[in-house]
Amino acid sequence: MKKYDAIIIGAGHNGLTNAAYLAKAGLKVLVLEKNAYIGGATVSRELYPNWKYSNCSYVCSLLRPEIIRDLELPRHGLQVVPYGGGVTFKENGDYFGNHADHERLLREVARHSKRDASAYERYEADVMKQTRLIRPFLMRTPPDPTSLKPRDLKELALLAKSFGSMGEEGLADTMRFWTMSIGDFLDEYFESDVIKAHLAGSGIIGTALGVYSPGTAYVLLHHYMGDVDGSVGAWGFARGGMGSVAAALSKSFLSFGGTIKCDAEAAQIIVKNGKAKGVALANGDELYADIVVSNLDPKRTFLKIMDESDLPADVVTKAKNFKIRGSSGKLNIALDGLPTFTGLPKESPLCLGEKHFSDSLPKMERAYDDWKAETWSKDPYVDMLIPTQIDPTMAPPGKHMMSVFVQYAPPKINGGDWTAEDKAGFEKTVIDQISNYSPDFKDLILHCETRTPQDIENEVGLTEGNIFMGELTFDQLLFNRPFPGYAQYRGPVKGMYMCSSGTHPGGGVMAAPGANAAREILMDLKLTNTVPGGYDDD
Amino acid sequence: MMPHDETMILETPFHSRCLALCEINLWEDWKGYRSAAAYTSVEQEYFAVRSNTGVFDISPMIKYRFTGPDAGAYLNRLVTRDISKIAVDRVAYTVWCDDNGQVMDDGTIFHLAENDYRLCAYARCLDWLMWSAEGFDVTIVDETADVAALAVQGPTSCAVFKDMGFDGIEHLKPFGIARYPFKGAEVMISRTGFTGDLGYEIWIDPTFAEPFWDDLFAAGKLRGIRAIGSAALDMLRTETGFLQAGIDFIPAEEAIRTGRSRSPFELGLGWLVSFDKPVFNGRKALLKEKQEGSRYAFVYLDVEGNKPAEHAFIYSGSKEVGTVTTAAWCPTAKTNVAFAQVDAQYGKVGQKLVAEIYYERELKWTRVMAKCTVIEGAVFNPPRKRQTPAPDF
Repeated sequence: MKKYDAIIIGAGHNGLTNAAYLAKAGLKVLVLEKNAYIGGATVSRELYPNWKYSNCSYVCSLLRPEIIRDLELPRHGLQVVPYGGGVTFKENGDYFGNHADHERLLREVARHSKRDASAYERYEADVMKQTRLIRPFLMRTPPDPTSLKPRDLKELALLAKSFGSMGEEGLADTMRFWTMSIGDFLDEYFESDVIKAHLAGSGIIGTALGVYSPGTAYVLLHHYMGDVDGSVGAWGFARGGMGSVAAALSKSFLSFGGTIKCDAEAAQIIVKNGKAKGVALANGDELYADIVVSNLDPKRTFLKIMDESDLPADVVTKAKNFKIRGSSGKLNIALDGLPTFTGLPKESPLCLGEKHFSDSLPKMERAYDDWKAETWSKDPYVDMLIPTQIDPTMAPPGKHMMSVFVQYAPPKINGGDWTAEDKAGFEKTVIDQISNYSPDFKDLILHCETRTPQDIENEVGLTEGNIFMGELTFDQLLFNRPFPGYAQYRGPVKGMYMCSSGTHPGGGVMAAPGANAAREILMDLKLTNTVPGGYDDD
Repeated sequence: MMPHDETMILETPFHSRCLALCEINLWEDWKGYRSAAAYTSVEQEYFAVRSNTGVFDISPMIKYRFTGPDAGAYLNRLVTRDISKIAVDRVAYTVWCDDNGQVMDDGTIFHLAENDYRLCAYARCLDWLMWSAEGFDVTIVDETADVAALAVQGPTSCAVFKDMGFDGIEHLKPFGIARYPFKGAEVMISRTGFTGDLGYEIWIDPTFAEPFWDDLFAAGKLRGIRAIGSAALDMLRTETGFLQAGIDFIPAEEAIRTGRSRSPFELGLGWLVSFDKPVFNGRKALLKEKQEGSRYAFVYLDVEGNKPAEHAFIYSGSKEVGTVTTAAWCPTAKTNVAFAQVDAQYGKVGQKLVAEIYYERELKWTRVMAKCTVIEGAVFNPPRKRQTPAPDF
């Protein structure tokens, strides 16, 4: 049997990034993908003729610019087009418009509350302070706080220095920010319900927590710390859908001589004498390599494709305890034309951005209550976009594609699997909510792909359909991601590594875990590092 | 909640008149309002103010109104200056600080009547104003859109007003307020401005904005009146030593990086801080700074040669000690002036420094190390600015 230097399990963006850097360093690298297509949750598929759906992830901001540039992703076809705008519709027929132009935005905020317009600038500055603290650590391996190794001490010192530079007050703010709820945080700035509701969405997306659950303020930060061309907090569309991120990464990988095998599901990481030796596939084939990298989430990695007897008991327990709760669903809809929204001119630049239909924090908290009761939210928080207004490649001219991210949807309904009726009910809830604000929406629907957390798990392999491969709460971040003692991408078995979003710095299509893991692997192999450091963010 | 408004940028009450005069169509966004950067020629507009009368539409300026029995006490708590000393119908320039003694903004307070004040500011600050209002019986209203305002500045400005029938306007002292009837309404005239010249600002109900403009320009026709844009104003304020928020300092609330905000002392505005009055925002921190010393000094520099020291590093010997925030050649004072933030010890008048200036001529970049001297203040400061009765040029 052919032997590889490294085998990466899972052709998602992190697996491909990891593979590209290992191949760039001269290793013979194989990427295994269980599906017939690559991409994992960074995928675009034609499920309705001439329409392309970004089935899972749908917008792009966190993808590290250092990696985009270093792996020459633009040359390999990646183009990220920023979008602005956004609307939160109110039940009373009014809306809040998130204008891209700063002064226009402040006037819109002032329309709801003059006081909030002045608080908005304080809010922006404060969030930016926290963003600037975290950004330099995205392309770095978290230090082990219990280690006395010079490298760990140096990295810890850097962390301490960054915290220190925030000043006494900044330090206190940071501790609060990382632990408090997005609702409490926003209450300290704003009085207008709709403005709070508009901003709070970023704190709960993909997270099995409510707007008043501690820890959700950080989740908001996670959505602000990306950038498009240096514009921090901006989001864009990958032209051609998010699948073009995976496509560009795979081309880069292939250009370094790598191999991708689809329809090749990993069943087991082969371990002999405490060392990784290769991967056994579901079809019985065995592939060998001394380096095996799992791009699956920590639960799947340690509880499904590794033998418990090969692992230290604490890892098995930690994997079992790892918080990776499914909380979101998705509708991808082919539209015969651009829908009209009540009160909003079709040509309004606000239409280019996200639309939401939750106008208060209590409403969002109630949506979470439904999740706790093991059912989908009856009045969900949705993050809806129509990318075809900017990206002409997703649907025929004049036709549109709508991406609807839905929070909350539980992994199980009342303890059982989702039935066809449940799924239909979920779909109806979402479509009805949108049509409450768009009278012609239902008539324009040509096709709808509805994805429950269970569907996402079955197809993509994200446990419970958790989009971040583990919740982004402080107990699972930095040197605690995925769990204490294993945050430096090395598994408990020699030659076995982790590169998924379940590792630092987490999910959101950053590709940083994949790149950081590659750096560690190359260091262990005493090979020249091919992974870039982060840009200076001053 | 106000109704939907689809307009992307607002127009001031004088917009129709500005538009008619804006020959080169050079507009910019001033706090969400369409505002002329220049009308015809920046140079001509600049000289209109120094030689005749220039009119600048200041309607977009953020304006707050304070009324109620505690309005005065409240403002005294808010700002660093002792407002109790500002009599009715007087105006005071001031700054206000956060609790760390860092400048949030600068602006002017108009004492309109007993328990009635207006604050003109660079930045929106209603949220901070409301925070500071806890415990005071004061009503705070944003009246930015409710008051139309013009700066009417230059040596012939008093004469123009006299020709408009504002009798006795020449007796209005600097920082004084007068009121005159205008077509059944009232125009408030203050002897204030941002040009360092003889000049006034007028405040009027927006419905009377256009008629006022028309009468003003008719009266000023023989006295060289012209509309001026922000580019000319920037030259004027530089020449007379006025700081611009957002350029010469970062409002404390907008500063993201630690240590980038400044105290009043560090902006050369220590004279606005009154420790003799009751507690005010930032007092404790400012008192500590006064005792222990400041980090930075704000200086006016007389720069050798004629190349504006824009964005220049400032050196003392070979040591980098600061940077320039504003720089311009001053056409009336015939001086090359720069405002700079330097390490505190280099801020004394007479201090010799060097500015590293880069300039480009036909794609060739040249670096000059220009000698500079820290000077007292404004290089343009004519007697007519202060004279009362105002001279009639």
